[in-house]
Amino acid sequence: MKALCWEGVNELGVEEVPDPQILNNQDMIIKVRLSSVCGSDLHLLDGYIPAMRAGDVIGHEFLGEVVETGPEVRRHHVGDRVVVCSVIACGRCWFCEQGLYSCCDNGNTNPGIPEMMWGQSPAGIFGYSHAMGGFKGSHAQYVRVPYADRVAFTVPEGVDDVDALFASDAAPTGWMGADLGEVKAGDVVAVWGAGGVGQMAAQAAQVLGASRVIVIDRFDYRLDMAAHHLGVDTLNYEETDIDGELRERTDGRGPDVCIEAVGMEAHSPHTVAYRWEQVKQQTRVMETDRPHALRQAIMSCRKGGMVYVLGVFAGWIDDFPMGALMNKGLTMRSAQQHGERYIPMLLERMSRGEFKTAYLMTHPMPLSEGARGYDLFKHKRDGCVRAVFSPNGDGRFTTR
Amino acid sequence: MKRTTMGAVVGSVVAGAVATRFLSARQRKWPMSTRAQDRRRPRWHVVTINRPPDEVAPGGRLPEPIAKLGDEVEVQVNRAVGDRGTALAARLRREPSGITGAASRLAGSDPLQAVRAALRESKMLLETGEILQADKPGTAKHTITGRPLDLAISRARGEGRL
Repeated sequence: MKALCWEGVNELGVEEVPDPQILNNQDMIIKVRLSSVCGSDLHLLDGYIPAMRAGDVIGHEFLGEVVETGPEVRRHHVGDRVVVCSVIACGRCWFCEQGLYSCCDNGNTNPGIPEMMWGQSPAGIFGYSHAMGGFKGSHAQYVRVPYADRVAFTVPEGVDDVDALFASDAAPTGWMGADLGEVKAGDVVAVWGAGGVGQMAAQAAQVLGASRVIVIDRFDYRLDMAAHHLGVDTLNYEETDIDGELRERTDGRGPDVCIEAVGMEAHSPHTVAYRWEQVKQQTRVMETDRPHALRQAIMSCRKGGMVYVLGVFAGWIDDFPMGALMNKGLTMRSAQQHGERYIPMLLERMSRGEFKTAYLMTHPMPLSEGARGYDLFKHKRDGCVRAVFSPNGDGRFTTR
Repeated sequence: MKRTTMGAVVGSVVAGAVATRFLSARQRKWPMSTRAQDRRRPRWHVVTINRPPDEVAPGGRLPEPIAKLGDEVEVQVNRAVGDRGTALAARLRREPSGITGAASRLAGSDPLQAVRAALRESKMLLETGEILQADKPGTAKHTITGRPLDLAISRARGEGRL
């Protein structure tokens, strides 16, 4: 089959790779209809996520059709249209029972690697390095889905493929930020990052009753998209003082909930400090991740507020404002997405037209244009928010 | 089949050794003495299994991956701290050390790797009913720069901090 593979730092290529097989009785094989790029893939591409091998198939946000099931798969049948959570969780360990699916004890086949990096092993993730299990990704014609009954979800009739696609990762990740960030009616919520996940977090905050949602980025086309589709306030951090603006818009208090949806490659308008941070990151010793947006979220958050970190971090950061966190009495939480906890609810909301996702897809493409799709996405060209590949099609598909 | 039968026999023998401890397990704060407490090497390696003790070791029979280790290890089965299921613990009777230990670790023959893998596989079997397999083939391309990672991946189920 054909698949989009990581070949090295900033190198991608479409290759012929072996077809996936059923390896466990609870596996199934999906014929991929749609597979989206994700901002976290850029960390793989840029070489900041360790444990990648040349030839690894990337991609973790996808939807497809069941073509083969293992003997112990009960909830799905050949021909079903399913959306698959990017996080591979068993659904039966203590962590899964608490709803902490991305902390699953049984979803990662290489637990020794993350235990050495982070002390404990999180769940597996499709196409996201051997530290997360080395599972083949979804930018391929077919993909093996372990724990199929727990990880895949039948898409209700009436929900469009492109809407349902983003129930795989962007929508549940964003929802988690608002939900576990404990957004309440009347709250002011600030979201750093107007990519797919940031916009989903902003929408979730609105659904949960926030009185005002403010999205922060440096790309006007992304801010315009968020304002147009969600009706949120927007701020361009290259044009204004974010902390001052947030204070003014919250009557001097600061946002109740600050959601960071940027991660380890944050930019900063402060040129010298930003360059120094880039140097430190390149050493992989002084720091591995650039946390500018996270620092700003902590500094801007109101006293006693919540900072929720959705952006992906891999290692350690420098100049962390621990004094602000402690003395302002902040709560900080974070996780890879606990998608299995939210996907059924999100599909239900989509079927009722209560949660919009399809507008995130700006560039439908065939898989053969995978490298170009990532180039547009990475360099924010041509108004790209999400490139979506159709590995078994010609890329000519649209939303309803 | 033969291996399974042998495993069952070995399992029964080890089960006898742990049965007394298992059967007397009650609500204790911590069922085992740790290395710091009894100053004995090697350390216990423990997984918490989200199943009750009578499912983890029914009739004193240990899960097959652990039973296969035979007399190389001491094993304990107890209620987990905080009533979170069952603590399955194992420790080597003799742990390789120094250069021999480092060499066996690199070669993938370190018995501690086998202990960690057996604990993880026992947990998976009991909680999910299967041992999750890694995608195969792991990679289509083997490069010189990828060799250290290849080595780390091949040892990943038996390494870590468990």
